[in-house]
Amino acid sequence: MKLSAKLTQRIAFSIIWLAGIFTVLILALIIGYVLSKGISQFNWEFLVTAPQGGLSGEGGISTAIVGTIYIVALTIAIATPLGLGAAIYMSEYATDNWLTRLIRYGVETLAGVPSIIFGLFGFALFVTIMHFNFSILSGALTLACLVLPTFIRTAEEAIKAVPNSYREAGLALAATKWQTVYRVVLPAALPGIITAVILCVGRAVGETACLYVTMGSSAAMPTSLFSSGRTLALHLYYLAMETRALDKAMATGVMLIIIILVINGITNWLAQSFRVRMAGK
Amino acid sequence: MPKISRQLIDTLSRRGVFLTALAAILIVFLIGLFVIQQGLPAFRAIGVFKFLFGTVWRPGIDEFGILPMIVGSIYVTIGALLLSAPLGIACAIFLAEVAPNRARGVVRNAVELLVGIPSVVYGLVGMVVIVPLIREIGGNGYSVLAGVIVLTIMILPTIVSISEDSLRAVPVSYREGALALGASHWQTIWHVMLPAARSGIMAAVILAMGRAIGETMAMIMVIGNSILIPTSPLDPARTLTGNIAVEIMYASGLHESALFATGIVLFVLIMGLNSLAFVARRHA
Repeated sequence: MKLSAKLTQRIAFSIIWLAGIFTVLILALIIGYVLSKGISQFNWEFLVTAPQGGLSGEGGISTAIVGTIYIVALTIAIATPLGLGAAIYMSEYATDNWLTRLIRYGVETLAGVPSIIFGLFGFALFVTIMHFNFSILSGALTLACLVLPTFIRTAEEAIKAVPNSYREAGLALAATKWQTVYRVVLPAALPGIITAVILCVGRAVGETACLYVTMGSSAAMPTSLFSSGRTLALHLYYLAMETRALDKAMATGVMLIIIILVINGITNWLAQSFRVRMAGK
Repeated sequence: MPKISRQLIDTLSRRGVFLTALAAILIVFLIGLFVIQQGLPAFRAIGVFKFLFGTVWRPGIDEFGILPMIVGSIYVTIGALLLSAPLGIACAIFLAEVAPNRARGVVRNAVELLVGIPSVVYGLVGMVVIVPLIREIGGNGYSVLAGVIVLTIMILPTIVSISEDSLRAVPVSYREGALALGASHWQTIWHVMLPAARSGIMAAVILAMGRAIGETMAMIMVIGNSILIPTSPLDPARTLTGNIAVEIMYASGLHESALFATGIVLFVLIMGLNSLAFVARRHA
């Protein structure tokens, strides 16, 4: 029996609708589950108390919050100049030749390298050879390499979205190429560049494997860049796997999910304002 | 002389941004260099064949065979792709073709959030929800199946967003042509849009495969990490990534080198997959 085109379409579209609904449902289940299990432990006390560390699951997450801030700030400080420079080169200066293709292949490859391989690299270079040991510095250097492709791709797209008339206007005023880029193109692309930074913040907050093998596991308050430490995500891992303090792990998960939701909100808002800006002028 | 310094700044800036662009290649090169340099001694001492196809991994007696981990990685990856590819492609069709505006916004936002959720949170939810469920069926719950389910969700966004992009990249004239011939919307999608977007969708699946093979923490948390070749989906296993992460902190000497050698195998696998995806996407 051959189904009519109309009936086939109805069946197919139902399945496709189900796939869409299922995706939303999975997300809602994960977030809902973590929030419902973790919220009872999640309070001000939890945020400002230091974890006891070792094999104890007691205490809060204050040192992990500080560790996360250190790692994120340092990673962004390293990745932003490199990533922005590369994005400017790729969008404004690069001509289509073998070197440009090689750079693009490099960025694509880097984006696909798994976190644990970055970890091995950081472990060999920063921890061992450069003697930074297991430290925030080693972790942030490794993480900066990991987020670099995300930064370059996002920033490059933002810079490319700036209309050519901007560049022409700058050059027509006898500005040099760099003056045009720096004073005209970059300010116009600013929301997109900030989006790149924030996306990298999100990656840095969630990343674990490469930090697991480069920054050690100290639960103490980090005192310098050469201190060992843990981020929230790492702390969650230790709580779940080593101390089996699953309720505390869930509460740490609540913190992570709040951060991710805020980051997602900001990037959406920025994307919106960037579109309006590019369309308006 | 302001004019000269202006030109000078222009030149210096151009060179400066060029140098930063080289950083990406340099890092890829350095990663390759260090991982290979540290892992090569293990290949030499153990022998390539014995390392890749040995089934015993016991650092205490200097036995290093990674076949169980290769099999473990392949099982979870294939399992996750079998579930995630149909779901993800259907979801991409939904976003690109079927969804009304509001539903599209909601689903797209959900996909973006799924990307953002940290790996350890997936692992944690897997540990407390999926592992006990599987324990009901049999075994102790920490299993290949648990890994497959967690990975399916983790690689879904990759498949959805790249497949959607490639569906959107199909020229409007294709669609118009099909509709003008009297094809229904679904016939247009099935017979025209999907075949036209084929190489992009291929790239999405290949990239997702790379993601799956490379995932570490969530796998460690749900798969049990025993060094056995799994014979059923309910058996525990260990992945290549898990092997590195679980042991690197206390390894030294040949053992440490063998872990870097595991990294080489992983690196080569992923580089191969990425290059395939790169080619597929340029075809698109």
